[in-house]
Amino acid sequence: MNLFSLTIQEAVKGLKEKQFSSVDLVTSCLERINQEEKKLNAFITVAEEGALKQAKNCDIQLASSGPQIFEQKPLLGIPAAIKDLYNTKGLRTTAGSKIINSYVPPYDATVVTKLKTAGVVIVGKTNQDAWGHGSSGENSDHGVTRNPYDFTRVPGGSSSGSAASLASGGCLFSTGTDTGSSVRLPAAYCNLVGIKPTYGRVSRYGIIAMASSFDTIGHLTKNVYDNAKILEITAGKDDLDATSATEKVPKYTQVLGQSIKGLSVGVPKEYFVEGMDNKVKESVLEAVKTIEKLGAKVKQISLPSSAFAMSCYYILVPSEISSNLSRFDGIRFGQERETFGDEAKRRIILGTYTLSAGYFDAYYLRAAKVRSLVKKDFDQAFKNVDVIIVPSSPSLPFKIGEKSDDPVQMYLSDIFLCPINIAGIPSLNVPCGFAGGLPVGMQIVGPQFSEELLFKVGYAYEQVTDWNKRTPKI
Amino acid sequence: MKRKTKITIEEVKHIAQLAKLPLSEKEIAKFQEQLTDIIDFVDQLKKLNTDKILPTTQVTGLKNVFRKDAVTPSLTQEEVLSNTKSKYKGYFKVKAIL
Repeated sequence: MNLFSLTIQEAVKGLKEKQFSSVDLVTSCLERINQEEKKLNAFITVAEEGALKQAKNCDIQLASSGPQIFEQKPLLGIPAAIKDLYNTKGLRTTAGSKIINSYVPPYDATVVTKLKTAGVVIVGKTNQDAWGHGSSGENSDHGVTRNPYDFTRVPGGSSSGSAASLASGGCLFSTGTDTGSSVRLPAAYCNLVGIKPTYGRVSRYGIIAMASSFDTIGHLTKNVYDNAKILEITAGKDDLDATSATEKVPKYTQVLGQSIKGLSVGVPKEYFVEGMDNKVKESVLEAVKTIEKLGAKVKQISLPSSAFAMSCYYILVPSEISSNLSRFDGIRFGQERETFGDEAKRRIILGTYTLSAGYFDAYYLRAAKVRSLVKKDFDQAFKNVDVIIVPSSPSLPFKIGEKSDDPVQMYLSDIFLCPINIAGIPSLNVPCGFAGGLPVGMQIVGPQFSEELLFKVGYAYEQVTDWNKRTPKI
Repeated sequence: MKRKTKITIEEVKHIAQLAKLPLSEKEIAKFQEQLTDIIDFVDQLKKLNTDKILPTTQVTGLKNVFRKDAVTPSLTQEEVLSNTKSKYKGYFKVKAIL
């Protein structure tokens, strides 16, 4: 067993029992990165020196304080990869773009501060679609990231490098952001557990904004336990983000293992449609059956406004993007605006159009009203069911280049994911099958602030299946 | 697919100017095509009657969140200016606007 293959839970146990040190663990991941990086292109910056220094420091703390230090620092010595949208003090942060290619932040994002306080060792900053604009990783100004399960295919985006590095052993967990799909799609395409929390559950402070009323801050892990553990640390009110939620943060790991008997699961007909990959459909429906066998009751439901969700999303999100990206003026940091990549330019143009005089009512305002309809559908559904299960993607991971010339086709890869962001509700991607050597993911979706329930259901499913234990042969 | 909305070259140029986004002639032609495609796609919303629906802009229902009017630690002037190539005596230096 290689150390880079461990889950967080296993690694913490090993560190406590002195089976290995944090330096051993971090070295194992760094070696793996060195070995695989040429093939995967998962990182924009590898922080080898800083990571080893941090790891040594963790080992000293553990030696002097003993295993009880994990009560204060639950992730002491655990190597993590951070998406390049997160400001990391003193460590280059590019957002996957060329325009801020040499930006070195003078401060940490709140989540980075929280992870550092918990003892995490940062091994590097991961590749991504520039600014989070994309579903495949192909929109990175730093080159495409490859799927560890098949190098000719995309790993999903925009948190492409976070998924590829974790699936290939470059870290024990990685961070992401999810505005329309960006944690869940890469998690689904790389056989990982990924959470898109409720809007406001995790502080957005210090994470470069894409669309501020949609952006959520999530993470990717190898199993549900690890995922719940990380959210315990990252969630909570932050005075630096006015939209962060005041709701109490539960101890998510405590409910894991509880029975899901009597749970009511909704399966919406609009998410199992003609034209989607049959193997994906079968895998997800099989997973629903498995959950039914665990004592859940399955109900057919309908979310009719979902048909309009993509249009709603591709008006509101570019509008917010065009506003957020206006701050990149080449004065305070970065290059001139012509340095923006194609997709950023496309979204700035689209968003400026839908907000411009004469078009605001026809596009932005209408879409904001449709947002209410999409949200209402989910509110209605959750009066009758506890959770909803849907596929994460209509297809298996697609080929690099397959959709890159057709923006509309590319946007449609998020068709089962965007409605969740429109409603601001949480969703957990859980691996639920393989087809032709490629992973399939499903989403467990709940009402706002129901992350605890999502973890409970995901964990129960994980205990009777072993999809998440498969790793790529590289 | 039948096209209903056609975005003109002039419109793309106008929008690019509003967004202070310098585009090449080639980019303008490409974005005219693609913007037309995307607008055509999102025009499906026009099928819905939204007259009596209120817009949603904040999904968790927060309203008027204020911070305390108190002084808190902030970045130093040196830190704030650490990423610019264009500074003068502790200020950001910008080109003349008018």
